[in-house]
Amino acid sequence: MTRKLASLALVLPALLLAGCEFGSKTQTQVGPRGTAMVQIHDTSSIKPLAAVPEPPYPLTPDMLEGQRAKEAYQNVQVLGDLSAEEFNYTMASITNWVAPDNGTIKDGGCNYCHNPENMASDEKYTKVVARKMFQMTRNINANWKPHFAGSQNAAAGNAGVTCWTCHRGNPVPQYVWSSNVANPKSIKGNKFGQNTPAQTVAWASLPNDPYSALLEGKNNVRVQAAKTFPTDHVASIQSTEQTYGLMMHMSQGLGVNCTYCHNSQNFANWSHSRPQRVYAWYGIRMVRDSNDNYISALGNVWPANRRGPAGDPKKIFCATCHQGVNKPLGGYPMLKDYPGLKGPYVSAAAPAAPAAPAAPEAPASVPVAAADTSKPAA
Amino acid sequence: MALLSFERKYRVRGGTLIGGDLFDFWVGPFYVGFFGVTTIFFAALGTALILYGAAIGPTWNPWLISIAPPDISYGLALAPLREGGLWQIITICAVGAFSSWALREVEICRKLGMGYHVPFAFSFAIFAYVSLVVIRPMLMGAWGYGFPYGIFSHLDWVSNTGYQYLHFHYNPAHMLAVSFFFTTCLALGLHGSLVLSAVNPAEGTDVKSPEYEDTFFRDLVGYSVGTLGIHRVGLLLALNAGFWSAICIIISGPFWSRGWPEWWTWWLNLPVWS
Repeated sequence: MTRKLASLALVLPALLLAGCEFGSKTQTQVGPRGTAMVQIHDTSSIKPLAAVPEPPYPLTPDMLEGQRAKEAYQNVQVLGDLSAEEFNYTMASITNWVAPDNGTIKDGGCNYCHNPENMASDEKYTKVVARKMFQMTRNINANWKPHFAGSQNAAAGNAGVTCWTCHRGNPVPQYVWSSNVANPKSIKGNKFGQNTPAQTVAWASLPNDPYSALLEGKNNVRVQAAKTFPTDHVASIQSTEQTYGLMMHMSQGLGVNCTYCHNSQNFANWSHSRPQRVYAWYGIRMVRDSNDNYISALGNVWPANRRGPAGDPKKIFCATCHQGVNKPLGGYPMLKDYPGLKGPYVSAAAPAAPAAPAAPEAPASVPVAAADTSKPAA
Repeated sequence: MALLSFERKYRVRGGTLIGGDLFDFWVGPFYVGFFGVTTIFFAALGTALILYGAAIGPTWNPWLISIAPPDISYGLALAPLREGGLWQIITICAVGAFSSWALREVEICRKLGMGYHVPFAFSFAIFAYVSLVVIRPMLMGAWGYGFPYGIFSHLDWVSNTGYQYLHFHYNPAHMLAVSFFFTTCLALGLHGSLVLSAVNPAEGTDVKSPEYEDTFFRDLVGYSVGTLGIHRVGLLLALNAGFWSAICIIISGPFWSRGWPEWWTWWLNLPVWS
């Protein structure tokens, strides 16, 4: 009996601790002392920064001169204002980034998008998608600068995005989402989209598709009461937990905890929040803009194998670019080597809708460090 | 102060742990002892320092007064008084006062020939406090992990510390602690209602005996732990609540840095089904 108890006393704590991290920790205090706003990482759980590929060859200033791509080639609808040489340089880069010809993917190389017999042809859907993605990239870089304010520096501008930021050598970025299939009508097997240890919400039992509601369309996160008692507050438990689910994804996607942006004393209070929350606020709207006006807007262009179980295309969220790091690629200003991706972007269709940040729900008082007059162009 | 008729027989000399009979006397109804003196010293000094901290702070609003620990960057070194040094000295005073009080309880137990149940139980509360402001900060390598001494500010600290792990309800030791706290309340509710019912019988009927109480619960749930046993159960539940509270904060940070829901992936990854 005593021996059994003794072995139990040894085995139980060992089991309890089996899942734990015993390594040294990195610690970053991000709030005033005593507020417990600290980022703590076990060194083993820090995501290593991905390598940034070198440009295919140096882009010299004289290469920017000369004939325009739209004059040199046919059917160049988006990058036509680039010089032919810069256009080729950009094509070589995107091939490395999205469909490399190194055997890692099937049919990699130029022919992933192009018909080698007729490079101008739009017969492959991948070329149509790529064109839209160029428009999206230029829209992000030209109109969503406030999201990148944290990486702004005098020498290289802000980090911006390139195709590599998301794709990392994959035709479809590694981290994407699509809607859950609808809940069954019956009680049997109906988990109401929650109560599953889902990776999408960092393994909590929270609603595991908060993205359909909050990362496309126009729904806003408005679940915190404005005052204590009486609350006059109507947010449902469901919408609150949905918000919690989205925040779990943001934390996990950026490799940070809640206090990276918020002082949980009052999640909604902008003056108690860090400037990072302002970048995230723009980020949410940037993601919606990209999902609604670019990815979903491609509609039937997406073949079945590029859609989720509910039939909608694979869309982006925070982890698509961030991949577990608070600044994708460590904030490396990769965009400086690819001026063709900066815009200006003039859409033939209705302009994308980054007018949202100018709407009245914009943060009433942003922290001083975040006060950025460069609102996205309406 | 009046001396109750039965008090005189509890005033037993000896049994002190330290100081012989130097402080072995009573002031009015209160036993002093060496540890009574150290309790008074630490409590008075700590309280005075809190008042000093409030005086040099921004507010006298009792809800908002806060004495915060130093920045993380000070590590385990001493900080200047106004930048967390006060918190450090007040923490020493608090640990000194709480421990002194527990040892004074030990001395009283020895005088009365009792078991050490009371100081043993109190030591769990001290352990929970020491976990927060000494053990975990030392494991993390910075006094800045202690909680601030303020009514609202310590609650904000609790909230933010929980959100450092995304969803603290998934902390396994927190789950145990919460369950023990609730069960303690349930047991106390059952026990209290039973005692009150037994000693407040209907008009014209007798006070009920322990056998009657046992029978009631045997009828209701098939078992009665008994009059002495319920106090053992209560102690076990309450001490476990405090103990697992301490464990749940010690493991948060020193032994886990990600969201607590993710900790449970060890279960999902068991080779049986993964």
